[in-house]
Order: sequence, then structure tokens, then C-alpha cells
Amino acid sequence: MNNPKIQIKDLELVFGKGKKLKKGIELLHDGASNQEIREKTTAAVGVRKADFSVKEGEMFVIVGLSGSGKSSLIRCMNLLNMPTHGSVEIDGENILDYNKAELIKFRQEKISMVFQHFGLLSHRTVLENVEYGLEVSGFSEKDRDENARKAIDIVGLEGWEDYYPDQLSGGMKQRVGLARALANDPEILLMDEPYSALDPLIRREMQEELLNLEEYMDKTIVFITHDMNEAFKMGDRIALMKDGVIVQLGKPNEFFENPASDYVEDFIADVDKTQILKAKQVMNDVPVVFKKGMTRKKVIKQMEKHELYTGYIVDDDNKFIGSVTIDFIKSARHKKIDDLIKTDVQSFYRQRYLKEIIPLMDECEFDIPIVDSKNRLRGTIDKDLLISSLN
Amino acid sequence: MLNFPEFLEFSVSPIFDYAVDWLLRNFSFIFDFITLVIATMFNTLEIALNFVPWWVYIIGLFYVAYKQYNIKTGFMLSGLLLLIGVFGFWEMMIYTLVIVIISVIVSILIGLPVGIMMAKSDKLEAILKPVLDMMQTMPSFVYLIPAIMLFGLGKVPAVFATTIYAIPPLIRLTYLGISNVDEEVIEAGQSFGSNPRQMLFKIELPQALSTIMTGINQTTMMAMAMVVISSMIGAEGLGKEVLTAIDRLKVGDGFQAGFAVVFLAIILDRILQGSTKKVGGEH
Repeated sequence: MNNPKIQIKDLELVFGKGKKLKKGIELLHDGASNQEIREKTTAAVGVRKADFSVKEGEMFVIVGLSGSGKSSLIRCMNLLNMPTHGSVEIDGENILDYNKAELIKFRQEKISMVFQHFGLLSHRTVLENVEYGLEVSGFSEKDRDENARKAIDIVGLEGWEDYYPDQLSGGMKQRVGLARALANDPEILLMDEPYSALDPLIRREMQEELLNLEEYMDKTIVFITHDMNEAFKMGDRIALMKDGVIVQLGKPNEFFENPASDYVEDFIADVDKTQILKAKQVMNDVPVVFKKGMTRKKVIKQMEKHELYTGYIVDDDNKFIGSVTIDFIKSARHKKIDDLIKTDVQSFYRQRYLKEIIPLMDECEFDIPIVDSKNRLRGTIDKDLLISSLN
Repeated sequence: MLNFPEFLEFSVSPIFDYAVDWLLRNFSFIFDFITLVIATMFNTLEIALNFVPWWVYIIGLFYVAYKQYNIKTGFMLSGLLLLIGVFGFWEMMIYTLVIVIISVIVSILIGLPVGIMMAKSDKLEAILKPVLDMMQTMPSFVYLIPAIMLFGLGKVPAVFATTIYAIPPLIRLTYLGISNVDEEVIEAGQSFGSNPRQMLFKIELPQALSTIMTGINQTTMMAMAMVVISSMIGAEGLGKEVLTAIDRLKVGDGFQAGFAVVFLAIILDRILQGSTKKVGGEH
């Protein structure tokens, strides 16, 4: 569950040509500022240095003002931009090592992208637009039609299949963009400011829809925005960029608790966190979970090793069953853990807002387990964490 | 001090003379081959166009214009075509039309790929831009001279000169259309794993199509202009009627033939614009 899906190492991106580019890269390594490099060589720095990973199934948001390098960075993940240094590993493979055919296959099967101004093909109908990715990957006409219609249903555009993009509103166009990106069922979805061109009401609606989609689709999503409120609303984790550098990376509450610099503080100044913080954004990772059917001794040993008071039990599909406390299982005599599980533990859906968890907290003696829509355990929240997050 | 010093005068004309001469001496087989191809195309098309009875053209044109625009335009365009016949220029008109059609076809065959390559290659772009500028400002008569030298008199040099004169707008607009395709649309195409061929045929060309159609329209109009001038090197057709009228100082005949040229140009322009609108994606 917590494997890195995308691993960015030591990544730099400089735009330019030939000698000027070479000079620009050299200056960057010597520590020259972006402006110095631009003035001396006309080469433009997109990303100065990026080192981070995106977990599988995560919604990772990159936020920053225009020119901060966020769009340049996201384009390194499908090589629309070629990094000038470093590596981009996806599922452990460095995509910079791919040859042309491998790159094309990678783009067809694993990753797709949604664009700020939609990037729709004006000469094709909605259905034909959504089919595009399937068409270039060589699907049969029947499969194309079937998958495309499925994707159109998901984004709620049934009945618009035969319209052309210029007959649709902005919100609907972006739904087409999203359906097109979902049609070939990629593992990773790159979204480059997908809602920035939409008016606020439509934007909020689309945000909610995407969160719902994310919930049952299990895709890794990299989402770009310049709007901090949107970033906090959407992101499991957030990277804030400035001048091509990630100045802070972490869960939303960490930005409030521990802003890395004055710039970060300024940036988040007008965010109302009680309105946007969700369980998933502040929860702690669970260091270790126990499978049903494990022996009591093994569980005790593990819990002692991690200094846990509460242990969480899941079944083979990672679905949450209940919890055990160390005192209780130590005092019992059973061989297996199964009969000792306390199953009436209240779990909390990770998309719910944090303020809703407060009443639960009073009744519960343990950390509250946070689950996703399939009831899989994703993390926990304890009292201290809750209080510190909301203040 | 007032006159331009004589010792600085230098003529480049021998270079061109020599070049044409050299081409003829060493590569005459190429020109013979081109002559053969164009002459065959020409004769076939001429026979085919003459095979169709005149009233089919009138009715066909009416129908197409009615479909593309409205009944009024249908009457106007087919009326103009009828007038050309009434003026007694039907056969001449067909002959002129054949030169124009073949020139436009050759222009498309050459211009489209060149325009695409120009959009893809910075080097080619840097070379071709000034060449195209030069081709478009060069007085059109100048093209007649190498045309005669290389292909003799008649319809083949007429096609050659017309093509050279008419091709620049098509190259330029193809180049423009392809390089102006929205950056995000290009990125979208790439992000879904299109190979270069798919990029060209599924994204770039369709997106550039209305610009390219405008280019074809302009090329056709240029060809109409040049086809009159190329009557000076022995091409028949409407241009020859104008030329004869000039020779004999017959004002009326000159205008009558001139109007026939104008009518044909209007007809071609409207029909091409109609199809441009259609592919331009008016839904």
C-alpha cells in the first residue's frame, strides 16, 4: 500500500538549446540563481532540484504561483519535458532509460494527463475524443467504443457523445478531458491545473466529483494547482514550489503546524482549515497491521517492538475488522488472535471533515482507525493529533 | 562622383544562363520525363472534362453551390458559367481549367509535404522563408523564361510556370497551420502515446485543415492569375484570347475574355471556400 509509485530523484530541468543549455546547466550546478542563469544564457530553469516520492493510491498536490515550476515538474513524469538531470522512477523503473517504443507504450498504458485548457481535439466528437487514447494504442473499434462510453458515464456526460467540444461549456469540456484520461484505465493520472479555467461553482462541483472518483478508482493522482484552498481540499500530501524548488512537502496539517518559512506562512495565511481539513490529510500512518489468523504471540511481539498500545486487525484484502489492546491480549490464553478482536470499534471514513470526528473522540479510548470507501485501513487519528491539527 | 562607378557593375545573368544551360545539357532526360507525365495528365484530363456535356457542368455547379450556400448563390454561379459559354469561350475555359487543376494538384503534392517538413525543421524553415518571400515578389513573367528553356513552348511550360508561381501560399499556410496547432493539443496527443505518424495524421493535419484549405484556395487563385500570363509562352485558353485582343488592340474582345477569366475565378473561389467552411468544422 505504501510503496512509492513515482520516485523523483535529484531532478533538474533547464529549458534551452545547444551551448546555451549546457552553460545554463553548468551555472545551475555552480549555484547561480534562476535570474542570473536567464540573463547570462537565456536558458530558463524549470525545476532546480526535486526529490520526493508519490505513494500508490495517493492524491499528491503540487501547488505554487505561476512560474514556480509546477507544470514543468509534472511534465517530467510523462516526459513531455525531458529532465536535464536526475531520474524519474515509476514502479521502480527509470523512465528516462526508455527507448521511443517503450516510452510510447508507457504513455499508452500507465499514465495519462488532463490539461488546464482541456487540450481537446476540435475536429472530433466527445466520443471520438475520449476514444483517442484507445485508438492510438490499437484497441479494436468495439473495445474502444465500450471503454469510452464507460468513461463518459463515469464523468456524467451520457447523451453528449456526438457533440463537438465547441458546443460544450468549460466544465463539460474538462469532463471530456477527464473521461479521455480515464478511458484506458491508467494507473497514474496527471492533472495540470484542471479546474483553474472554470468558474468557482463548477470548480467546487468538479473537485467533489474527483474526490469521489479517486475513492473508488484507486489511482495515483498528481494534481497541480495555484490555489492553496484547492490544494488542501484535494491533497493527501502537498508540495509547495517556489522558483523551481519545493520549499515544503507534507500533509496539509503540517503546513499549519510547522511552516518551513515566511513564504509558506504567507501562502497559507488565508486558508480556513476547519473547512477543508479531512481525516485523510492529518492521519498518521499505521506502522504495522495484523492479519486475521495470526498467532497471539507474534502479535504481542510485533506490538512490543513498535511500542504500540493498540493493534489493528485486517483481513486478507486489508479490510478493517477491529482492534486489540496489548494489555488485553497479554492477559488472554488463546493461541490465535481471532477471538480476541474487539469488532465494535468505530471507524471513520477518510473523506470526512475533521470537525465531524470530534464527537467520536470523547467516546473512544483508542486512536480512531481511518478507512477508505472499501473499508480498508489507511491510517489512524489520536486525540493529540486532532487537537493540534485544528488549532 | 554622381554616377554609379562602372567598375562596380557586375551582372549575375550569366550565372543563371549557365545554370539553365547546364541543367539542359546534363539532365534533359528528367525534363523529358516531366514533360511526358504532365502532357499525359493534361491530355487525359482534357479529354475527360470535354467528355462531360456542358449542361452537366451548369446543373452540377448549381447543385453544389445550392448545397454549400443557398439557392441564390446556386443561380449566380451557374449563371456565370453559362455566360462564359455564351461568350463563346467554353472550350478555352476547359483548357484553362485543366492547366489550373493540374497546377493545383502538383502544388498540393509538393507543397503539402514541404510545408509539413518546414514546420518540423528549424533549418528548413530558415532556408525556405526567404525563398518563399522571393518567389512571391519575383515578377511573374520571369518564370516564363526558364519554363520555355526547360520545356519549350505550349501547355507543359505553362503548367510549370503556373505551379512555381502558385505554390508559395500553400507551403506557407500548411507550415502556418501545422505550427499553430494549440500547444496543449499537441501535448495531449503525445501524453496518450501517439507515434509521430499518428500525431501528424490524427492531430496536426486535421487541426490545420482549415488553414491548409485556405492555402489551396489562394494557390488556385494565384494559378488563375498566372494561367493568363502563361499564354505568352503558347498555352491556349482564356489567356490567349486576352493576348490576341491586346495584339490587335481590340478593347471589347479583351474585356469579354477578361470577364470570362473573372467569372471562372469567382466560381472556383466560392466552391473552394464552401468546402473550406465545411472542413473547418462548423457544427
